[in-house]
Parts: sequence; structure tokens; C-alpha cells
Amino acid sequence: MIGLEHYLAVAATLFIIGVFGLFLNRKNVIILLMSIELMLLAVNINLVAFSSFLGDLVGQVFTLFVLTVAAAEAAIGLAILVCFFRNRGTIDVEDVNVMKG
Amino acid sequence: MIQTDLIIILPEIIISVCAMLALVVSVYSGKDALASRLVLLTSALFVVMALWIGNSGGESQSAFGGMFQDDAYARFCKVVILLSAAAVLVMGRDYMLRTGLLRFEYPLLIAFSVVGMMVMVSAGDLMALYMGLELQSLALYVVAALRRDSVKSTEAGLKYFVLGALSSGLLLYGASLTYGYAGTTGFNGIIESTSGGQASMGLLFGLVFVIAGLAFKVSVVPFHMWTPDVYEGAPTPITAFFATAPKMAAMGLFARVLYDAFGGVIGDWQQILALLSVLSMFLGAVAAIGQSDIKRLMAYSSIAHMGYALIGLAAGTAQGVQAMLVYMAVYVTMNLGTFAFILSMEKDGRPVTKIASLNLYANRAPTKAIAMLVLLFSLAGVPPFLGFFAKFGVWSAAIDAGMIWLVFASAIASAIGAYYYLRIVYLMYFGEEVDEALNGGGSPVLWGVLMAAAAIMVFGIVNLFGINGSAASAAAALVN
Repeated sequence: MIGLEHYLAVAATLFIIGVFGLFLNRKNVIILLMSIELMLLAVNINLVAFSSFLGDLVGQVFTLFVLTVAAAEAAIGLAILVCFFRNRGTIDVEDVNVMKG
Repeated sequence: MIQTDLIIILPEIIISVCAMLALVVSVYSGKDALASRLVLLTSALFVVMALWIGNSGGESQSAFGGMFQDDAYARFCKVVILLSAAAVLVMGRDYMLRTGLLRFEYPLLIAFSVVGMMVMVSAGDLMALYMGLELQSLALYVVAALRRDSVKSTEAGLKYFVLGALSSGLLLYGASLTYGYAGTTGFNGIIESTSGGQASMGLLFGLVFVIAGLAFKVSVVPFHMWTPDVYEGAPTPITAFFATAPKMAAMGLFARVLYDAFGGVIGDWQQILALLSVLSMFLGAVAAIGQSDIKRLMAYSSIAHMGYALIGLAAGTAQGVQAMLVYMAVYVTMNLGTFAFILSMEKDGRPVTKIASLNLYANRAPTKAIAMLVLLFSLAGVPPFLGFFAKFGVWSAAIDAGMIWLVFASAIASAIGAYYYLRIVYLMYFGEEVDEALNGGGSPVLWGVLMAAAAIMVFGIVNLFGINGSAASAAAALVN
């Protein structure tokens, strides 16, 4: 029988992969966007699993909000990325370094 | 039923409808000819809304089944947010016009982000919190990258976007755990589930993730990495905006979540906040010393100031929240004045942000140098000025809560931090002749804001212009 904890474990694993993808990735900014998406989808699994096990619809409503916002966020991220590419001619993570911080 | 709800959120509705109408009109009328007027109209709308909200008073009420709270606390935050956004719009207009950045989307994006901030400080539910936060953040990502043809500005936008999205992810993960273990997304439901003074393990994990996500938004150590780069890369009026309204909103939201949702387990988050606060105060004080760009310096200064404001939250009392609100109001005023000065820094008609260009500035513009001196002393927390009394407020709240070590740590940090503020004063008065020195710049508006902020720092010490009373009732509405 698959219980709540299995879903939570999958979601936690995906979330951690997303976070690590963000920090360990040294190649490409597009991969950063994919990692962010992975994190948000992990959250969605969490919300839907909780919603189902609590017998409460709010979690699924929340999921729909998250999906919508994630789409808007990806659109804005790509738009900024295109602007950056036009100026810099590259989207390697190592080249996002005009300012040191 | 729905009517009373709509009346409660009328200010937000008016601003967003106006912004959307203006968007349609601007798109169809073509070019950016309207932009200059739009900036003034937006800021006038903000001032009107601030006066309306500030004078509405009355009982705490909630709309949409508790999703949206309208209480004295939300009103206090909203007035600060609206007034500072209005001031920044007016201050930056000239600069944006001269650098060719005054497109119509600039005031509209600011308006949308302000609506997001107003929702944030009024949030009574994890969903409302998330939607408000994202509305604010998405608008700010775009605004940071507004100068599309500059590597620095787009890089600032990109960095802000990636780290902002990470923080939203952390916050959301925390929200999902909170929902799962509390069984509801409403703040009143969450606080009921901890009524025994005990939170389950899952709820504590949720709390930690939510705090981490919010700490990104207020930029406290160890979640501060984006701040200096974004401040340096974004156009100066936008940096001024970043340093004021969003900080107030994020801090307001922070307190809202901690007290409304997790007020039953104060002991569990108090220590985390105290630690975040100490780390930011010290990093802000030490890392700012080596900076040569004044916008970067202000970024570290804001990190340190967020640390001081967090002392008030860490105290975990109504007095602490009151001190935090006063601190934020004073911080916003100081930053408006300082950025009015930075916006007026010019050499041969070009904006300059190098600190070295301030050498012997006092000989060329004595009045402005005096005003800047007052603001810098106030930022450093030197006694006769308002900045000291704001710090004193959070310190006394922390002492009453028995956190004397925190007060000691912050006194040491502010002594270290005073060095870099006073270095600017030293350069202005006793520096040496340099080629890159400023010569001119500044409009009457900037001069006015600078002088007004400096005057507030001096005369505010009499009674803080009465904001202590409204901050007290705001804190009482939040902590009960």
C-alpha cells in the first residue's frame, strides 16, 4: 500500500534535486530554470498528496495557483534571459559575473 | 457578503484597475509620450490611497473567509509602502527621462508590485501570501532588468530572478508542509493547530522553510547574496525603490506570518530570528567597508538594517513589533533621503556612483553635504538623530524580552558599521582633490526630498511625528 510518506519522499527527493541543480550547475542558465520548475512541481506533488489524504480540496486549489504562477515565472525568466543573451552573447552560468558578489 | 469583501479590498482593486486601464491606453496610444505624466499620476494615486487608508481607521475586519486581513497593522504598513513608492516615482522621473528609461511600463510595473505588497501585508492565508508575494516579485524582476541594453541591468535581473524563484520555491515547500500538518492554509487554522504550545515535527519543518523563503525577500544573511549585485546593476531610481517599499512589505509579511500563523510557538522561531539578525548586522557592517560603489554600500547597509529590524521581531512581544514598525518607517525615510542624494550625483551630466567622487563635496555644495551628513549619522545610529532612537526602540524591546546578548552584539555591529558611514562624511569634508569629483546635478525635487528627510532626522526626535502611537495600535492588532 502506498501511503502519504511515499509521496512526501518523492516530493522531497525532487525538491532536493531541484535545489542541488540550482547550486551545483555550472553550465547553462536554462538548466537553472528547469531546476526551479522541478522545485515547484515537487511542491505540487506535496500539496496534492496532502489534499488527497486530508480529504480537503484546498490543497488542489493551491496547486492550480502554483501552476499558473510557475508559468508566469518561467515566461519572465526566459524574457530576462533573452535580454541577457543579447547583451552578453552567452548564457553560461560562469559568465553571469560582470558584478562580483 | 461579497460586497463587504469587495469594499474591504477596494484600494487594491482601484490601483490594479487603474494600472490595467493605463496599460491598455498606453499600448494603443503607441509610444511612451504618456510615460512622464503616468509617473506623476501613479504617484498621486498612491498618495491618495495612502491618505484614504491612513484615515480609514476602525475595527479589524477580514474579507474572503479570512484570506485578507484589514487591520491597523496592515494599514500602517500600507501607508509606508504607498508613500515611499510615490516618493521614489517622483524622485526618479528626471533620471529615467534623461537616461531614456522612462517607458510607460515602468510606473505600471511599480503599481502592480505595490498591489502585491499591499496583499502581502494583509495576507491571512498561505495562498493569499503566495499570490501577493509573486505579484510583487514578478514585477520587481522585470523592473530590475528595465535597462534592456545594459549587461549590468540584465544580469541584475537574471540574478534576482533565479534567487527570487529559489526563495519562492523554499517558501512554497514550507507552505505545503504547513498545510499538510496543520490541515488548513488559513492563518487562524494554523495557529489553532498549535494551541497546545507544541508544533508537530512537520509543522516545524514548514516553519523553517517559510522563514528561509521570507529571509530571502528581506535579504538577511545567509540569504543576502542577491542584494549587492541587484542594487548595483539596477538603474538608480529602481535601486531606491528596492531599498524602501519591498523591504517594508517583506518585513510586514514576515511579522504577519510569524504572529498570525505561528504565534503559538514563539519559542521555536525566536532563536532562529535572533541568529539571522546577528549574522546580518555583522556581515552588513563588515562587508560594506571595502566598497567603492555607493549603491553597493547601501545594499550592505540595508542588510545590516534588516538585521536591526529583526531584533524587534525576535523579541516576540507587541513592544518588539511596534519597535520594528517604527524602525522600518525611519529606515525607509533615511533611505529615501540618501537615494535622493545618490540620484543627484553627477559629473558632466552623467550619473556617477563612485564614493571617491564625493571628495571635498562640502566645498562645492555645503547645504547638500550637511543634509547628507545628517542622514549618514542617522543611518549609523549616532545619538542626536532619529536613527538612534529607532535603534533604541528595538534595543529596549529586546532587553525587556531578556535578550541582552542580542543588544550587546548589535551595539558592537553598529559601532563597526559607523566606520563606513563616517568615512563618506570624512571624504566629503576632509578628502582630497580628485579628477572624478562631482560637478552639478540634482533637481529641485531631489533637493526637496533630501532636505525633508534630513529635517525629519533632526526634528523627528521630539515625538517621532506621532507614529509611535499608530505603530503601537498596529502592533496590538497583530499580537494578541
